[in-house]
Amino acid sequence: MNATNPILLQAMSVTKLFPGVVALDAVNFSARAGEVHALMGENGAGKSTLIKVLTGFYPRDGGQILLDGKEIRPKTPAHAQQLGISTVYQEVNLIPTLTVAENIYLGREPTFFGKIRWRRLNRLAEQAMSRLNLHIDVKRDLGSYSIAIQQMVAIARAVDVKAKLLILDEPTSSLDSGEVQQLFAIMRQLKSLGLGIIFVSHFLDQIYEISDRITVLRNGKLVGEYLTRELPRVELITKMMGRELATFETGLATSVASDSDLKPPILEAKRLGKRNAIEPFDLEVRQGEVLGLAGLLGSGRTETARLLFGIDRPDKGEIQIDGERARMISPADAIARGFGFCSEDRKAQGIIPDLTVRENVILALQASKGWLRFFSRRKQTELANHYIKALNIATRDADTPIKNLSGGNQQKVLLARWLALDPRFLILDEPTRGIDVGAKADIQKLILSLCQQGKAVMFISSELEEVVRCSNRVAVLRDRRKVRELTGAEINEHNIMATIARSDA
Amino acid sequence: MTEQANQLVYAPPRHPWRFRLRAQHIPLLATFVVCLMLYTAACIYLRDRGFFSLSVFISFFSDNAFLGLTAIGMTFVILSGGIDLSVGSMIGFTSILIARLMNPEPFTLFHHTITLPVFHPLVAIGVALIAGSFLGLIQGVLIQFFELAPFLVTLAGMFFIHGLAQVISLSSIGIEHPLLDKLSDFAIPIGSASVRFPEIVFAVVALSAIYISRYTKFGRTIYAIGGNEQSAILMGLPVARTKVLIYALSGFCSALGGVIYALAKWSGQSEGGLGLELDTIAAVVIGGTLLTGGLGSILGTILGVLIVSIIQAAIIFQGTLSSSWARIMIGALLFVFIVLQKILSSRARS
Repeated sequence: MNATNPILLQAMSVTKLFPGVVALDAVNFSARAGEVHALMGENGAGKSTLIKVLTGFYPRDGGQILLDGKEIRPKTPAHAQQLGISTVYQEVNLIPTLTVAENIYLGREPTFFGKIRWRRLNRLAEQAMSRLNLHIDVKRDLGSYSIAIQQMVAIARAVDVKAKLLILDEPTSSLDSGEVQQLFAIMRQLKSLGLGIIFVSHFLDQIYEISDRITVLRNGKLVGEYLTRELPRVELITKMMGRELATFETGLATSVASDSDLKPPILEAKRLGKRNAIEPFDLEVRQGEVLGLAGLLGSGRTETARLLFGIDRPDKGEIQIDGERARMISPADAIARGFGFCSEDRKAQGIIPDLTVRENVILALQASKGWLRFFSRRKQTELANHYIKALNIATRDADTPIKNLSGGNQQKVLLARWLALDPRFLILDEPTRGIDVGAKADIQKLILSLCQQGKAVMFISSELEEVVRCSNRVAVLRDRRKVRELTGAEINEHNIMATIARSDA
Repeated sequence: MTEQANQLVYAPPRHPWRFRLRAQHIPLLATFVVCLMLYTAACIYLRDRGFFSLSVFISFFSDNAFLGLTAIGMTFVILSGGIDLSVGSMIGFTSILIARLMNPEPFTLFHHTITLPVFHPLVAIGVALIAGSFLGLIQGVLIQFFELAPFLVTLAGMFFIHGLAQVISLSSIGIEHPLLDKLSDFAIPIGSASVRFPEIVFAVVALSAIYISRYTKFGRTIYAIGGNEQSAILMGLPVARTKVLIYALSGFCSALGGVIYALAKWSGQSEGGLGLELDTIAAVVIGGTLLTGGLGSILGTILGVLIVSIIQAAIIFQGTLSSSWARIMIGALLFVFIVLQKILSSRARS
């Protein structure tokens, strides 16, 4: 907790160059034993690069890394592990088809003349899990457990290698609040055992709850190292963004148009529902309005969106478009009617990693025009460049493979893909998840400008504050049911939470 | 959702009994049931022709020993998420190589006429096994270090090795040696039947393979690579080395299959084993190994080979059906098994 904690790892003037980019510019960083050290920064600030240099994923191009005062040069993640630096990533990097026990000990199995001792291995695994207060059947395959459990298994594995330093790279992104608390309990326990922990997260609340110290990076440079309790939130955000928070805090609420009720609805759902997905609901989407969908994970938000976009087929009710009953049996129908759907899981359902930014932007437009219609290269580049500028996408040029972009910028490219179609109704499912504050603000601004152009937006987000700030109307979902609709002044975090929390209705 | 998660975290395992059916065991169980049903049906239907006897049962393994050996190597490859199409031509290549080494002919290389001495069969077999492993190793190196698709590399390997075999000799070459006579006469009597050399080789290799897959770090790394290669790398497992070795192992197994093939046919044939790679893949898949890797077992593959053998033998015993019916049945079984795998893997994901 204090400056007297011994320094465990010290990185001095660490530099990492990528073709055309200085990803890390002489960054200093230190982690202390028995401390949780948060690494903060916007997308592209260099957090991931720094972690990958520390764990031997990338070789460094300059500077020194000391572990316990001795210089180290990790060559591979395995080498870093041997040195005492273990990492748990956002995506669980274990083998789902093997048992929990084997996942903990893979590569370090107890053997007797080369023969793996399964009984001993299972017993050791049980002990390792119970040290983290987890009592689960270690002989079941990992894939049968929730992501949260899998992540804790990953931690058990990381810690069991006799780690000195544990790096947690956005471990909380896919956990609910109860699971986050469980994870924090484990982190506190490890901290008390003298482990150093580097914690990367986008959630400010979590940073302030668990971390002792914060290091802020921006554009590959060190902004500074601070004690968490001495750094107010606003200051932290200012340091991360390098600009004043005010620019995105104001100017949003003003656009909440009150006369949206007068505009005709684009889409009306009447008693629309699907068994095991969402109970029948009524919903209207009007021109020039942002309809927020609020609710907990699994409350039926995505399911609602999928019904409206024709991905899943409803078994009850009907959809009316422009006042006429419509049959939507595929996303192609929806797209033909001027709808767009930016899905939640951008990695699995959105971007095509090896294609360039230009190609990713052009994809839906090309599809809508038919694959035989030629689209000149010049026009494609023009279009891509337009969106790179308009959405503030940080990329070298339009012909960079999208996989080289940070998460927030990939999300913006995905948005550009739909915007290129000029949809009149755009569904955004968690467009701001896992991206930094600046990119969030850009996306929120974009949503509002779409409305001003008379388009309709359905905005799904787990962050209430964001829903409140952007929406003209909010539909609240609970347990796969639409329970309430809030409009105008009713829209605030308190009302939404009260609605979600209420147990009757 | 939360409730369930909490339960998973806090509640002790609810099922006290030890041997619980786990999802990953279902394909193996299905294979076993199919195998048992086929065998029972064939025994009942062909009871007048003496299908139900120990010697017929043992013949399942002797007739298809080279298929079994090759399939064991293939299982390792498929478990790792790869494929090896070169195994069929490897059988022809090793058999012809052995035959040629035992019956050398003068050949010209760069205007020099070279005459090799007559090799002892054991030396010839040793050379063939080393050559097979080496060719597998080369393919593994290409796949791993040039990040090439296993399908393409081993497809090229299939043509390359087949070509090598044809260069050695287009026509078949007979082999003769007192040692081979002794090997052929060698038999361990079991009741009314007896176990011969091919079955013994198959049994030894099968048991070693089961041991390797279950009880060695090498074996577990193969499963890990097939489950998720990226994760296996991040977990610090020796992925590169293992992957190269897997293809060398498959090369060795198919070369051994070629040895058994040569011994069984008393000759080497460059066209022998052609197309066998597909039968091998079929046996592995029927044996419950997931084509995408990570799930499966050697035991399953042995049952898969057994199923193929039972179908073939039953049709021969039946006498009036053409051998095409064996293909039709194997094809139908394959359909059933890939559908089953799809259902199981999609359920495991949800």
